[in-house]
Amino acid sequence: MKQMLLVPIHYVLSVVEDVGLFMIFCVDSIRWGFRPPYRYQELMQHMEFIGNKSVLIIVLTGSFTGMVFSFQVYQGFKIVNAQNLVGPTVALGITRELGPVLTGLIVAARAGGAMAARIGTMRVTEQIDALDVMGVHPKQFLVSPRILAALVTTPLLTALFIYVALIGSHFVSVNMLGLDEAIFLHKVYQFLEPKDIGQALFKAAVFGFIFSTICTHKGYYTRGGARGVGNATNEGVVKSMVLIIVSDYFLTNLATIYYRMFR
Amino acid sequence: MVGKEEIAIECIDLKKTFNDKDYVLNGLNLQIPKGKITVLIGFSGTGKSVLMKHFLGLERPSSGQIKVFDEDITIMPDELLTLFRRRFGVLFQNAALFDDLTVIDNVIFPIKEHRIDLSRAERTEIARERLKQVGLDEKDFGKLPSELSGGMRKRVGLARAIALDPEILFYDEPTTGLDPIMTEMVDNLILETHKHREGLTSVVITHDLSAAFRIGDYVAMLDKGKILLHGTSKDFFETDIELVKRFVTKGLHRGES
Repeated sequence: MKQMLLVPIHYVLSVVEDVGLFMIFCVDSIRWGFRPPYRYQELMQHMEFIGNKSVLIIVLTGSFTGMVFSFQVYQGFKIVNAQNLVGPTVALGITRELGPVLTGLIVAARAGGAMAARIGTMRVTEQIDALDVMGVHPKQFLVSPRILAALVTTPLLTALFIYVALIGSHFVSVNMLGLDEAIFLHKVYQFLEPKDIGQALFKAAVFGFIFSTICTHKGYYTRGGARGVGNATNEGVVKSMVLIIVSDYFLTNLATIYYRMFR
Repeated sequence: MVGKEEIAIECIDLKKTFNDKDYVLNGLNLQIPKGKITVLIGFSGTGKSVLMKHFLGLERPSSGQIKVFDEDITIMPDELLTLFRRRFGVLFQNAALFDDLTVIDNVIFPIKEHRIDLSRAERTEIARERLKQVGLDEKDFGKLPSELSGGMRKRVGLARAIALDPEILFYDEPTTGLDPIMTEMVDNLILETHKHREGLTSVVITHDLSAAFRIGDYVAMLDKGKILLHGTSKDFFETDIELVKRFVTKGLHRGES
């Protein structure tokens, strides 16, 4: 009986311990990122990998998201005769929520998975030990540039996502659903404000930080060969995705409070 | 036991446990003399690799001390340890080459990290020289590690390990998984490397007994996290310790067949 009571306590303790270790890992990696020698070359490589190589997938998903979203909103708004508001509804929805969240999820799955697998493989083939022995701090060399690269490129990709989604929305609304172009654009300008874009970019940066730290952390502490690398990748991607969506809710609230205070 | 030579590495009452119950290292005492080849042997799972990670400072002991050139590395802060490790060279079990860098870039890597005073051409020159020393052909310099055979990877790993002129060179299971001819080649490579470098201390971890006697000035046998016997090959043939006797007869028998 006593044993059974102890199980949840042990579980809570182990979760607390894991979170603590993860925090230490994050702080350590950030600290090492500010120490010379600075890894410009690594940073550029990872920005190219996370950023440039995601452009095509972001353009594809972004444009179609904008298109289908407009179509659905039109179907609904037609009932209440509010077709004029299709533009701003889509624009606000994409900018505030779908843009950063979908970009975060897509980049987490693509680049985050690659990060966890790459670092995990380096761990199990002793390449991280080799770095350590050669007097190169592995966190500084492998982790810090990846986190910084994700922090910079995720907002950029989000901006691109929003841009192509609005183009897609414009295309469907004007060319296929027959809405008036002037009204569409006027209403979008009327309702969409710079603060919405600011909120999107801020969220995107946080999502970039979330997936890069979780995935590098999982990769860095991989154990047990190919299976371990598989588990690390899987866990890294799943946890990043869940945490991105959960944190989105709180970030939205935070942004609302912020704008209310400083309006 | 070891005579009056200078000591490179000294372990004092070293203990290591991962779960507070089973001790991988259990009160280990060892002195590794400077300028010699010392071979650590033992059955699989006796803590050889764990011991090497302690020498390198990759693991910290649960208790006890490790002194490398009279400096206690167990209490050294991480930043200092990173600097201190430049005096080590390591050949890992599977060479641990960076698989996105070419052969020559792998060897240039540690030089680039630590010798910022050198120009790019000078670094490349050092790397080429090291690769030639370990007997690698010029035409393989541009290849990726995945295009090389096991033996060649070992050579590149060794070239990288000696790139910065280390004072202590570690070999982790250098001949595991190689055929007898490659094994002999690697053994000779270890001897050659040792001979060509003044004052180099080599530490070889292996379970290949015949190689241990062939290349080692001293052999130390590990069992249950302790040193069972430490001496020259003569000491090993004359010992009364039953486990060592068994290991010696079995190991040599297998080596001949």
